[in-house]
Amino acid sequence: MQINENKEFQPLIVAFCCNWCSYAGADLSGTNRLNYPTNVKIIRVPCSCRVNPMFILRAFQRGADGVILCGCHPGDCHYTSGNYFTRRRMTLLFSMLDFLGIERDRTRVEWVSAAEGAKFAATMNEFTEAVKKLGPNRRLEDLRCRKQ
Amino acid sequence: MQEAMIARAKELLADGTVNRVIGWKKGEFAYDITPAIFETPEEINKDFVYDDFTAANVSKYLVKESRREGKILAFMKPCDTYSFNQLIKEHRVIRENVYIIGIPSWGKLDAEKIKSMGVTGILGAQRDGNDIKISTLYGEEKLPFFDVMLEKCKSCKSKKHVIYDELIGEDGEVIDSNRFDMVEQLENMTAQERYDFWRAQLSKCIRCNACKNVCPACTCEKCVFENPASGIENKAAVDSFEENMFHIIRAFHVAGRCTDCGECSRVCPQNIPLHLLNRKFIKDINLLYGEYQAGADTTSRAPLTDYTQDDCEASIVHERGVE
Repeated sequence: MQINENKEFQPLIVAFCCNWCSYAGADLSGTNRLNYPTNVKIIRVPCSCRVNPMFILRAFQRGADGVILCGCHPGDCHYTSGNYFTRRRMTLLFSMLDFLGIERDRTRVEWVSAAEGAKFAATMNEFTEAVKKLGPNRRLEDLRCRKQ
Repeated sequence: MQEAMIARAKELLADGTVNRVIGWKKGEFAYDITPAIFETPEEINKDFVYDDFTAANVSKYLVKESRREGKILAFMKPCDTYSFNQLIKEHRVIRENVYIIGIPSWGKLDAEKIKSMGVTGILGAQRDGNDIKISTLYGEEKLPFFDVMLEKCKSCKSKKHVIYDELIGEDGEVIDSNRFDMVEQLENMTAQERYDFWRAQLSKCIRCNACKNVCPACTCEKCVFENPASGIENKAAVDSFEENMFHIIRAFHVAGRCTDCGECSRVCPQNIPLHLLNRKFIKDINLLYGEYQAGADTTSRAPLTDYTQDDCEASIVHERGVE
């Protein structure tokens, strides 16, 4: 989280992108000169299935205000079935976070293929806006990691 | 019941079917009964006990015990058999080395609840219809059984043994116990109310790890919470994040494998309703991926190691329930 000069809240967004689809999709949105907010920090993972629930929690701990997980469309996984497992896991994890009273809009799963540069940029714009509205992450933050 | 169990255990020891018995023995007080292994009839005579305070699940001990030499006799309540079945499915126990005797359970007593009703100096308990007669240092007290029953027994899911070699007493049925009522109640609260509820509960956690150590589904030899590189190795939670994280991850790691035996809540020294986290996962799995009872059989695939092409998207979480 950072607050710029005109005191507008700027969220920190962590995006886990799978190497084969979404990371390439992000690359494509760059080469197409599409804009997406600098709030988004991308972490490349071999497959969306690589993302352990702990990664998501760790991201929040270290100051993320929103975490988005991007992978290949179901059926297109480079490893055949990785994203199907991701889908089940993340559904349960997000449901649990919601159960604990943590704002449900801070987490999202989105399928972005290597050809969907425009979708990547649009998703990131929209997600950043949504998290901006929620304000800083307070319910799942680690006080020791707070910046100011 | 206890006499029948002791007699049968001695028989099986005598004819060499088994060389030791896992059951329960008396602790310092009438209500702190712990699992124990007996190797001789004399030990059994001296300490073996099975009564209304005997609640511990012995399945987890069999992960190690079934790998030792010789066969072991294990007494199991219905909920223990689910845990044991789940361990067989995960290849954590050697079925051939365990002789299982199923024993009935009509719900167990919670000593903390009895004490909170002002009854102290407990010496023993005796069922009397719907009541329980508790003998204490100061005389006898009569309490309604349901009021002093363990939380996990109040919402018992089954009285049926799913695995056994023989039974003492009669087998029961799978029962409909409204076990998701409390989860549903929480789901219908607002996010702020849920947050406040869980903060009040989880902030009591002292990270004693009892919930993790007692859990029959938690049997990894290398646990994430014991990894020195993780930064969260067996230490007290320092802030709300670490409290939340421990409990989310603990529940997540047994999601789809938790048989809902309720041991986590029973052993919690701070009385945190941990089973609600596990039940939330069970409820979600039942709802989204079809009815599934971990431990009910040894062949079906666990929901989190399985998938279908038309599973719901994670966004379903955003679409339902109360904001």
